[in-house]
Amino acid sequence: MTALAHVPTSTGQPAPPPPPPRGGRHRLLPYLLLLPGAAWLLLFFAVPLFQLAAASLYDPAGSLSTGYALTWAFGNYPDAVQAYWPQLGRSFLYAGIALVLGLLMGYPLAYAIAQKAGRWKNLLLVCVVAPMFTSFLVRTLAWKTILSDNGWLVGLLRDVHLLGPDGRLLATPVAVVLGLTYNFLPFLVLPLYASLERLDYRLLEAAGDLYASPVQTFRRVTLPLSMPGLIAGTLLFFIPATGDYINAELLGTPNEYMIGNVIDSAFLVRLDYPQGAALSFLLMAAILAVVFVYLRRAGTEEVL
Amino acid sequence: MTGMSAKTTGHDAPAGDLRLVNLTKRFGIFTAVDDLGLTIPQGSFFALLGASGCGKTTTLRMIAGLEQPTSGQVLLGDRDIARLRPYKRPVNTVFQSYALFPHLDIFDNVAFGLRRRGIRSVDAEVNRMLALVQLADFGHRRPAQLSGGQQQRVALARALINRPQVLLLDEPLGALDLKLRRQMQIELKRIQTEVGITFVHVTHDQEEAMTMADTVAVMNAGRIEQLGAPADIYEYPATAFVANFLGQSNLLAAEAAGPAGSDVPVTAHGARYSVPAGRARVASGPVYLGVRPEKLHLVDAADRVPAGHQYVTGVVTDASYVGVSTQYLVRTGWGSELTAFAANSGLGGRVPVGASVVAHWDPRHAFLLPRPPGADDATAGLLDEPVGASS
Repeated sequence: MTALAHVPTSTGQPAPPPPPPRGGRHRLLPYLLLLPGAAWLLLFFAVPLFQLAAASLYDPAGSLSTGYALTWAFGNYPDAVQAYWPQLGRSFLYAGIALVLGLLMGYPLAYAIAQKAGRWKNLLLVCVVAPMFTSFLVRTLAWKTILSDNGWLVGLLRDVHLLGPDGRLLATPVAVVLGLTYNFLPFLVLPLYASLERLDYRLLEAAGDLYASPVQTFRRVTLPLSMPGLIAGTLLFFIPATGDYINAELLGTPNEYMIGNVIDSAFLVRLDYPQGAALSFLLMAAILAVVFVYLRRAGTEEVL
Repeated sequence: MTGMSAKTTGHDAPAGDLRLVNLTKRFGIFTAVDDLGLTIPQGSFFALLGASGCGKTTTLRMIAGLEQPTSGQVLLGDRDIARLRPYKRPVNTVFQSYALFPHLDIFDNVAFGLRRRGIRSVDAEVNRMLALVQLADFGHRRPAQLSGGQQQRVALARALINRPQVLLLDEPLGALDLKLRRQMQIELKRIQTEVGITFVHVTHDQEEAMTMADTVAVMNAGRIEQLGAPADIYEYPATAFVANFLGQSNLLAAEAAGPAGSDVPVTAHGARYSVPAGRARVASGPVYLGVRPEKLHLVDAADRVPAGHQYVTGVVTDASYVGVSTQYLVRTGWGSELTAFAANSGLGGRVPVGASVVAHWDPRHAFLLPRPPGADDATAGLLDEPVGASS
């Protein structure tokens, strides 16, 4: 997140060799350094993306056995939206609710670790990251156990009458949203922590000295200064959460399926490649639109 | 040393005086501020002077509300503000680090305090304040685009615009280079005279305290050692610490045997001297006989000492030419080194190193200070920057 300006020190080194003539190897060096990454991106991102774009315009009547023809079938898009708009909308709804929950938990957490934790700072950071040491799938399966009908959590909630005697958590939207919140929380907390850690407490003192109440100090100083971390964190949380299908698959039912589940089944179960490709592009476009509007509203000149 | 005031405390404090009453702050077992009592009259320019760690910044932070006193009161007029939150106090601070808000431009930084108090139309006031600190065209810049001196002036404007009853300045000139610092000292003094607000200025720079403040309080180890007008403190210090913190002094270990007439006779290193009773902080027991280096004059023989002056003999061991003056070290017969400053006025020649000299002074310029029993001579040696050399 931070750009560290390192001034190279050449003490103890013999005098540098005379600079090579202009136009020599040194001018090409940056491009040579770019090459491996660029080749990788081209091969495994640009080409498949182009392939996917083409697939989304295949004749929907084709199949794997009969082969596909590129017929510029733009109708695939409205057809896909018509068939799966509930899942598309649900993706944004669940990811959005999870983001709000994540912010309510993650901001105070990041603030406490950055400003108040003192010598416990590193330990707490490890605790935030520790779940990532196990696989995404295993973590979500663990949630399945926690939320199960005969688990302790459901039992407790039934006892205090927050759930009816037959109420359940697993296989409900609540479970899916909780799973999303949990799984993506570290991506929100870490960038926020980085921003808040650099926050100079003397600025908060100055705000208090200049008649700002604690609430005003947060709104006028803390929040604006943590904006870069907040934006990075929300994007890192929201974008993968919207496209996620594991949580809906393991913690929900087909009634909670998100767009990721539909794309998954289009490619791997129904083998409807044109529709899967069209839905993938729709999801991408929708996320880009949401992110664009968000960045414009959040007003960070550094990102756009 | 507690309960002192800058002016007489015989009357009840008028509306705006700032009074610290038995103010104490402890951090664990460390006492940063120890039972401090102080009255700062409304509209005065008051300097808290001390070395780092003497408790001066803690005192300031307790007035600002950034630190809770362990005990005692901070009275503004008749109101005890010691337990008020900082944002509820009619007090503003110019921070040592300036603490300008990096995400706001200069205009919004200066307008911050007014807006937090719900004042909507701030334009005229902000522009007037920016003009006062000579930054009228800088409203739309960010703090990072300004030089240190400019940032310092923004910090001043941001605090002053609120018209606080007391303005606190926490070593605000510390980060500036010497020339800019002198310029800002004059500027601050001008602005203080113009707005008439009480300024409480914390500094470790004795020259800064002396040039700017009406009243200086010298702090040491959480207590006030001496308080008064700069000239009074300099000419007649109350303790050995003050005598060598504010300028420097030659302090000879001596014994006093009580006043005799209008004088106090003392014995130091076998010789007899005397000091007017009005310049003796103590009149019997172990004392320091003090003489400022610029009040110590060198001649080559005892018969050239003016009538009424007292003297010691010695050998010049070092002579440093510093432009406006020459600073001599004179080793006495018993081995202590005295410091003497001679103005380079063109009258009288320079004394070579190794010459035998007689160092004499007018007893009316000497003073007697309490001395811990057993303590030897306290002489400061040569300083880089003598007080008063440039004034």
